[in-house]
Amino acid sequence: MSDAETPSIDDAELAEESVEEVLEEELPQPELLHGVPVSESRGQVVLHPSRDEYVALVSSLRELGYWMCVDLCGVDYLGYGPNRNLPAGVAPERFEVVVGLLSHSDRSRIRLRVQIPESDPELATLFLIHPSVENPEREVFDMFGIRFDGHPDMTRILMPDEWVGHPLRKDYELGRIPVQFKGASTAR
Amino acid sequence: MTSTDLTTLNSARDRLTSDGSVLRLSETEAEQKSGYQAPTEEGLGERMIMNMGPQHPSTHGVLRLVLEMDGETITRSKPVIGYLHTGMEKTGEELTYLQGATNVTRMDYAAPLFNELVFSLAVEELLGIEVPDRGQWIRMLMSELNRMSSHLLFMATNGMDLGAVGMMLYGWREREEVLRFFEAVTGLRMNHNYIRPGGVAADLPDGWEEELSAILDIIPDRLAEFDLLMTGQPIWRDRLQGVGVITAEEALSLGATGPILRSTGYAWDLRRDQPYLKYDQVEFDVIAGSFGDCFDRYSIRLAEIRESMRIVRQIIEKMPEGDYRVQDKKVTPPPRARIDESMEALIHHFKIFTEGFKVPEGEVYVAVESPRGELGCYIVSDGSSKPFRMHIRGPSFVNLQTLPHLMKDSFLADTVAIISSVDPIMGEIDR
Repeated sequence: MSDAETPSIDDAELAEESVEEVLEEELPQPELLHGVPVSESRGQVVLHPSRDEYVALVSSLRELGYWMCVDLCGVDYLGYGPNRNLPAGVAPERFEVVVGLLSHSDRSRIRLRVQIPESDPELATLFLIHPSVENPEREVFDMFGIRFDGHPDMTRILMPDEWVGHPLRKDYELGRIPVQFKGASTAR
Repeated sequence: MTSTDLTTLNSARDRLTSDGSVLRLSETEAEQKSGYQAPTEEGLGERMIMNMGPQHPSTHGVLRLVLEMDGETITRSKPVIGYLHTGMEKTGEELTYLQGATNVTRMDYAAPLFNELVFSLAVEELLGIEVPDRGQWIRMLMSELNRMSSHLLFMATNGMDLGAVGMMLYGWREREEVLRFFEAVTGLRMNHNYIRPGGVAADLPDGWEEELSAILDIIPDRLAEFDLLMTGQPIWRDRLQGVGVITAEEALSLGATGPILRSTGYAWDLRRDQPYLKYDQVEFDVIAGSFGDCFDRYSIRLAEIRESMRIVRQIIEKMPEGDYRVQDKKVTPPPRARIDESMEALIHHFKIFTEGFKVPEGEVYVAVESPRGELGCYIVSDGSSKPFRMHIRGPSFVNLQTLPHLMKDSFLADTVAIISSVDPIMGEIDR
């Protein structure tokens, strides 16, 4: 590379500035809490960690007094019409895992919404941080087919082991069982 | 209240995740290993896999336990659930918000009003409406009575499980007194569909104070009889004291709430610590134990019946006049009399009951203190008249995770006492 082609220092500084300006103008910076985008829903605090930040965030929140993982459930947003109230920078995916944490010392709750893509429905388990998620994570696996990496017993919990499909997914057929009133072949 | 610290909590958690008290076996493995296995040369095979349930008189519904036994002692165990699963959360997505209460009320059938309450509170939070004072006080009255009836049912089943068969009749007799009042108010003994988004279905009937006072006069004497029959009795104490012990740190790590958490001395009660309805305007004590054993869980529930009666007495005094439901035309159907005289009222009534009312988009989590612990409801609305997702955080579902840890190293005969003291309701666990 010749000297003539490398841009001068002044130019580089200018270029950097303009990139920052563009970023500030076009992409609104999300509000952060505990290092992840935060939003509010009906007065309740909701954090939006990425899948990589998720486990570290839960363990640091535990240090801050959120000792109890109260609830963990899944949501399938397939066919959800309106705006999902996600802060800037959080790309909506089909599935969400929603985790509720409770702090007894300052009597507050915090909620985590983690986006899970349809192509790779997997998330790290919280079992080693909060053993209380063992059953809820199994339920989410059973109902939505989201696998929890590192879970000690990733099996179905409510449906029979040999069941096909995940019932709480929005594209799961409701199904009907025909009711036979007369002429049933088996004796009652 | 916070009688523990993070270091103790972390060590308790690490013990729980590594001590192997949960038997994680697949169905086929359990079948292969079930029954007696002759000891081999390595000394293995003395442990025996045993099934308890799904049909068993003391499992409170169709709960199945797979137990790994070493002689009479339980080494590992696993509750197997799902036998009552009817997809109620999926059903909830197909029902309008007005119909939704009929669905959730069937989850915890021993405390149906709490399910209706938490569902209604979540919907109202999304709607942004506030129920008038009288409506809130009626809700509080009904929840406390329901707490009494639920704990009385526990007294009955707990007594029966432990061989105090007479107790079953007494517990049900007292519970029936409360249920008779429910029938007078809501029309039904159970599954009331009384607390609905926007308020309650009907005002209290005339003479409700007298009826309630009669109940409140009967029950204290009957509770004294319970004390005589069970609390002070040496056999009862021997069966329960020191059995199924759990520490506060273990309970917190396993997500246990309600009497299980409070039995460890950790006094956490949402009524006091995150007040909803008008619980900040009544006086009551949060009952906590100290040993975390079956006896503490029994006596906490007995004491909570007395506390609930104390709250009910205050509610009778403080019950305000006014509307029992919100007067918001979007949510409330018109009064019956208006339907006869106004075409618009008839259309309005028809619309609310066929299409339902629309709830603004958003998501919300609301929790109340049910007799079994924290009962939560998470609703996602897409702006239509049916919830996009309705999830119930059942306290029994989470509390059931304590079972393997409570039963570790205890005798088979104690499993019955331990299951009973967790007070699981299978309708809520399996949903």
